[in-house]
Amino acid sequence: MYDALVGPFVEFGFMRRALLGCLAIAVGATPVGVFLMLRRMSLTGDAMAHAILPGAAVGFMVSGLSLGAMTIGGLVAGMLVAVLTGVVSRTTVLGEDASLAAFYLISLALGVMLISMHGSNVDLMHVLFGTVLALGNDALVLLCSIATATLLLLAAFMRPLVLECADPTFLRSVSRLSAPTHFAFLILVVINLVGGFQALGTLMAVGIMILPGAAARFWSNRIGGLLVVALVLALGASVTGLLISYHHGLPSGPAIILVAGSAYVLSLLFGPVGSLTARWMNSRQTFFRRAVP
Amino acid sequence: MISASGLRSVRAGLFRRVGALALVTAAVAPVHAEPISVVATFSILGDMVKQVGGSKVSVTTLVGADGDTHVYQPTPADAKAVAQARVLVVNGLEFEGWMERLLEAADFKGQLVTATDGVDALEFSEGEEHHDEHDKEHKEHEEHKDDDHHDKEKAAHKDEHKDEHKDEHKDEHKDEHKDEHKDEHKDGDHHGHEHGEHDPHAWQDLANARIYVQNIERGLAKVDPANAGEYRQRLTNYLTEIDKLDAEIKTSMAALPANKRTVVTSHDAFQYFGRAYGLTFLSPQGISTESEASAEDVANLIRQIRKERISAVFVENLSDSRLIERIAEETGARVGGTLYPGALSPSDGPAPTYLDMLRTNARVIRESLQ
Repeated sequence: MYDALVGPFVEFGFMRRALLGCLAIAVGATPVGVFLMLRRMSLTGDAMAHAILPGAAVGFMVSGLSLGAMTIGGLVAGMLVAVLTGVVSRTTVLGEDASLAAFYLISLALGVMLISMHGSNVDLMHVLFGTVLALGNDALVLLCSIATATLLLLAAFMRPLVLECADPTFLRSVSRLSAPTHFAFLILVVINLVGGFQALGTLMAVGIMILPGAAARFWSNRIGGLLVVALVLALGASVTGLLISYHHGLPSGPAIILVAGSAYVLSLLFGPVGSLTARWMNSRQTFFRRAVP
Repeated sequence: MISASGLRSVRAGLFRRVGALALVTAAVAPVHAEPISVVATFSILGDMVKQVGGSKVSVTTLVGADGDTHVYQPTPADAKAVAQARVLVVNGLEFEGWMERLLEAADFKGQLVTATDGVDALEFSEGEEHHDEHDKEHKEHEEHKDDDHHDKEKAAHKDEHKDEHKDEHKDEHKDEHKDEHKDEHKDGDHHGHEHGEHDPHAWQDLANARIYVQNIERGLAKVDPANAGEYRQRLTNYLTEIDKLDAEIKTSMAALPANKRTVVTSHDAFQYFGRAYGLTFLSPQGISTESEASAEDVANLIRQIRKERISAVFVENLSDSRLIERIAEETGARVGGTLYPGALSPSDGPAPTYLDMLRTNARVIRESLQ
């Protein structure tokens, strides 16, 4: 038991680093994912991941495989898309979804164009898609800083953010914090994705952000409960995924996300709140109540 | 209204006419003494074509220096180059996974040269359990090659292949890979591998390079018989250089002690080099740069490096070096230098030509293992 669960982390430094990296991502990204889910913006995460990619690619073109340049490039591209999207949706008739789609597609195409013009065929995607098994010190520092920043920002914006989820019109009518809250939140999405793809790769980073939040929905109706359940699921998926990758020779990133995905499917089927089982039990109860007055 | 079949016959007619035109130009071209246009899929083949063709050919290389052929995306310009090419040189062994689509799209009508035709292809090794077997194989191979190494007859090579494949491949390899695709499917069904069945990085063995350039020479001579004599001459010169380097590397590697013969690289591209010169190559990543390493692979590799006290690991010009750097740090091994697995360096780098590339790789490995 010890050998199976703890041994790998004791024996190998890269496993400890992978674990720390995953935990940092889980702590930062899952609360953001919960709010994305609550605001019906889960797909925004995916769109943002695409918007970031070209920025990071440009960073790579400018200064090679440098964590700093790629992170800054990704942040700039992500923020730009986030801000432009917010401005367009708040000042014109176009909705948030459509303007986000438009901007991220422009960003993606621009990135691909730049890379092609640069003429390098080095597999950029592979360079950009980090692997959780190769986290260096600077990458770990980056991930932990992002997690810390996320928690602080969330603590500061918690109230308006929850209000914005529940009733954005009400928030807008009573407070001027609506727009800043929205932008702060989008910035959180961007920095967590940028951090995540250093370790997991873009698509995997979206996975660890969205899946635990979506699964948590079947376990609690309260915001606190959602956050805790999502975090526990994400941490569990990270550890389990790493161990599966270690014991069965499977690639780590997909292993972690598939474990999170399984947690989502199980929650969907058997979770206590609004899952298939819960609804079925509920409907049976009402049936019996009706039958036996 | 034009019916579909009508349209098809119109198209077929058009093709016939274009085809006839191509034939006419083909017949006329040598008179103009224009260099014949050759497209090579990646930089190593491009260099070989230049060496054999000299001023009689103009070479277009699709995947340039420092480019990764495994994951290349062809562009319309590539399709245009292929369509206009008289000779197309590919590596084969499913190295250029995107080639089939490009050939279809470009409607290529010229001479296709598969450089690995007749090469004694290695099967994919799956992780460490096969390395020992390979090691044994290496030694046998070495003996064979020493025997007929300086013999420039192609026949010698053919004999060599037949000898070496007594065991598993009896059926498939006798017909000299005339139709690789068939071969691969057969093998694929048999072993259930996902990629092609054979390791495509055959150029890492200079003995295979002999076959590569002979295939190229044959292709050029067929399309441009007027200059066949010159191709023949250049080929002979080039083969002499290849043999010289081969002997050099053999001598230098033979000096390495038996416990200093394991090399760790980031992707599995040096099995042919290992077989030719009696080294064992290990890598955390699979045969293609596309695959992702698992924690188990990395852990096993680290254990092996510790156990065998391997002193140096190597990064490559194409692959992400972060994983190798991590492994180096964890095992205390040095990062020994940059190896060139599947693409030449730009002309100001250490490996601007194929022979320079092998010389550089051998030197870097030799210096770090000592």
